[in-house]
Amino acid sequence: MKKFFSAFIALAIFVSCAVVMSSCSGGYDGEINVYNWGDYISDGSDDYLDTIKTFEEEYNIKVNYTTYETNEELYNILSSSNSSYDVIIPSDYMVEKLIDEGLLQKLDYSKIPNSKDLMDNFKKPSYDPNGEYSVAYSWNVTGLVYNKTMVKNKKPDSWEYLWDKDLKGSILQFNNNRDAYAIAMQLCGITPDKFSKKDVDKATVKLKEQKPLLKKYVMDQVFLEMEKNQSAIAPYYAGDIYTMMLNNENLVGVLPKEGSNLFVDAMCVPKNASNVDGAHKFINFMTRADISAANSSYITYASPVKSAKKLLDKDLRESELVYPPDDYLKKCYTFHNVDDETYSYMQEQFVKLMS
Amino acid sequence: MKKLSKIYTALIIFFMYMPIVVLILFSFNDGKTMVWKGFTLNWYTDLFKDSQIINSLWNTLMIAFLASLFATALGTMAAIGINNFKGKKRIFLQNASNIEILSPDIVTGVSLMLMFTLAGVAFNFKMGFLTVLLAHITFCTPYVVLNVLPRIRHMDYSVYEAALDLGCNQWQAFRKVVIHELMPGMFSGFLMSFTFSMDDFVITYFTRGASFQTLSIQIYTMTHQRISPKINALSALMFVVVLVLMVIINIKDRKLEKQNVQKAL
Amino acid sequence: MKLKRPSIPYIFWMVIFTLIPIVLILYSSFTDRNGNFSFEAFSKAFGYYDVFLRSLWIAFISTLICLILAYPLGYIMSRQKASVQNTLTMVIMIPMWMNFLLRIYAWVTLLQNDGPIDIMLSLLGIHTTLIGNQGAVILGMVYEYLPFMVLPLYTVMAKIDKGLIEAADDLGSNKYIIFKKIIFPLSIPGIISGITMVFVPSASTFLVAQYLGGVDDIMIGDVIDRIFWSDQNTGSAIALILMVAILVFLIILNFFGDEEAVAT
Repeated sequence: MKKFFSAFIALAIFVSCAVVMSSCSGGYDGEINVYNWGDYISDGSDDYLDTIKTFEEEYNIKVNYTTYETNEELYNILSSSNSSYDVIIPSDYMVEKLIDEGLLQKLDYSKIPNSKDLMDNFKKPSYDPNGEYSVAYSWNVTGLVYNKTMVKNKKPDSWEYLWDKDLKGSILQFNNNRDAYAIAMQLCGITPDKFSKKDVDKATVKLKEQKPLLKKYVMDQVFLEMEKNQSAIAPYYAGDIYTMMLNNENLVGVLPKEGSNLFVDAMCVPKNASNVDGAHKFINFMTRADISAANSSYITYASPVKSAKKLLDKDLRESELVYPPDDYLKKCYTFHNVDDETYSYMQEQFVKLMS
Repeated sequence: MKKLSKIYTALIIFFMYMPIVVLILFSFNDGKTMVWKGFTLNWYTDLFKDSQIINSLWNTLMIAFLASLFATALGTMAAIGINNFKGKKRIFLQNASNIEILSPDIVTGVSLMLMFTLAGVAFNFKMGFLTVLLAHITFCTPYVVLNVLPRIRHMDYSVYEAALDLGCNQWQAFRKVVIHELMPGMFSGFLMSFTFSMDDFVITYFTRGASFQTLSIQIYTMTHQRISPKINALSALMFVVVLVLMVIINIKDRKLEKQNVQKAL
Repeated sequence: MKLKRPSIPYIFWMVIFTLIPIVLILYSSFTDRNGNFSFEAFSKAFGYYDVFLRSLWIAFISTLICLILAYPLGYIMSRQKASVQNTLTMVIMIPMWMNFLLRIYAWVTLLQNDGPIDIMLSLLGIHTTLIGNQGAVILGMVYEYLPFMVLPLYTVMAKIDKGLIEAADDLGSNKYIIFKKIIFPLSIPGIISGITMVFVPSASTFLVAQYLGGVDDIMIGDVIDRIFWSDQNTGSAIALILMVAILVFLIILNFFGDEEAVAT
């Protein structure tokens, strides 16, 4: 028994030495705290670029990189804790909310010269109408994926197929209120960029109809379900559908004819950031064509940087799932912020739906 | 009977290790999914290049080790004290200690964050390593209390008194008798604390501040995408290290036992 | 030695790190979004009564199965040599050091259609869906928390004086009597610790049901996790109700335990 303890203590001393040594590797000209979605940056595995290491080497600024799982988590941490982040990467509607509540600071675009290379629709996006607070990081749309051996000779091209009684028991749905509700609202004839409690009620009815047909509400599990032929049809983010198709040749990805959600994740600097200068350097670095392209090929979502597209692999750049064609994008909508009460009402209805 | 116990133990161990085998198997998979695509060691080489993961690993181990050490000390002392209360007071203290276990992680996490934020403004500090450590000690200690208490109830105080009569001072008697008696309970408490601390996501998430990340946070936040097989590779390595450590200790223990037997002869 | 003093640091610790958070939850569950006093959060929270009941039920069944599986194992472990005891303790705990989410993932892989277990069963002529139902959720819970039942049981049973059993044996008691009169009563504190350690976390856990269950198997832990982000007041109220429910259960359990302990 004592030996276990002493072995542990020995191990711990070793660990603490290693930690002290690694933290003394210093010599950086400052550090920045970056807060991003999990697994949402090219991290050096599988011969992809190690983005953060490259930045640290080029600018000699240490990056403390931490991750979060949902926009709402980010919001809670940002609004109620006294931690200071320098760069955060929320989605469109959350950027809008953070601007409205005065939690972001205006960017100095002269320090981000690469932002001139952004695609035109991301220069003054709907969530940041004057283009003062954010620089787009990546974007994509939601889409449908189905297994051609399991859909009984149908060719799904619409969200309606997620309500198809013939496919009962092998349909998946988003386990995420905004995305699930958006699909239901579209089918109810509501444009989901903004919505009221009434719209939520209508969509809830639609989702209740769907529930008996469903196999599961999923997020990341969709990969396993689709790639291992467990389910017939699912909605997910089109860029991820692209990678699923590489892993299972029975899968087909489509952009539903009704149009879908165009989502953008954008880099912002919170008001209480402690290294604003470093934050600008990081944003500028991430917007550089070669870096944005490398990052984009890792996460397989589209890059908002014009000249990055040319640097991508032909397959990726020409995939309709990664870069949907312009006439399709006209049918797409981007989420806007809704007031807290409507949002929590939607969440409540969604949880009740699942229970 | 002996054979039956062996079979039973083996079955439980099989149940416990089946998923672990799967986990390790897929760390050698040449693809980012749970679809088998051939053998590779790339995830292992990638793992060592990933400074984020290595850094998170150190943080996780440091927190788990320090938190369970503190919790074991604090919890054992508490258990000794609580055991000497009588009747309702004791039940009250025991249940008060259990409250921490039964409040959902997210609630503990958020309320601790609010408290640390207030305290941080008042005393001018930022959340980070220390706040995470305090939070972990808080949720680990009740498990130590739970493990040590039943052991104390069975303890024979006359041995302690005998030790005092035989000339031990209080501290010696405490160390040689009480600690010795409580060791298995403390050890289980320590192991449980270590395990819970390593696995905790939610509480760490809220109390960590801007520049501190542990492994479980890195893994949980990957659930929008796919969990990288690098994490499987890391788990496999940890598993092997612990296994080797155990085998070494076991061999030494056996030698010691043999020596003792020979001496006795 | 009969001192109460050693518990003082922990009592202080509980006041700062447990009591204050609980007060914050209480405050939050009795207010609305704007900070005014209100019962709205509670009335919303009771809207999830079916999830409450289901979670407590699943936790109860899982705890029972854990107890049945762990009791013999704890006993077997306690009868081994010291070195074997240590090794077995470690063997039981090590799987828990692999990340929780990874282990759940591994179960998904094992249980899915055409997965290894499904194939084995269909060779035996059993065709059934193993995943996406309450059974799978309970399996996940049992897997997750079994070690926390084994350890306290083993710790207590290892303390039982072997001489006592031998004496009873010499006096002609059969195995059943020995178990009923000696082993079982003396292991009650361990049973109570074990039940607490399994029941409490399994009633409030999250994610297990989302990964292993079907469309309507989510548990109260999942509900809290989701509601809390958008509506802290209702989230706090649900948490508070859950805590009170579990606390009542534990108090009953403790009374039961103490009387048994006195009776022996």
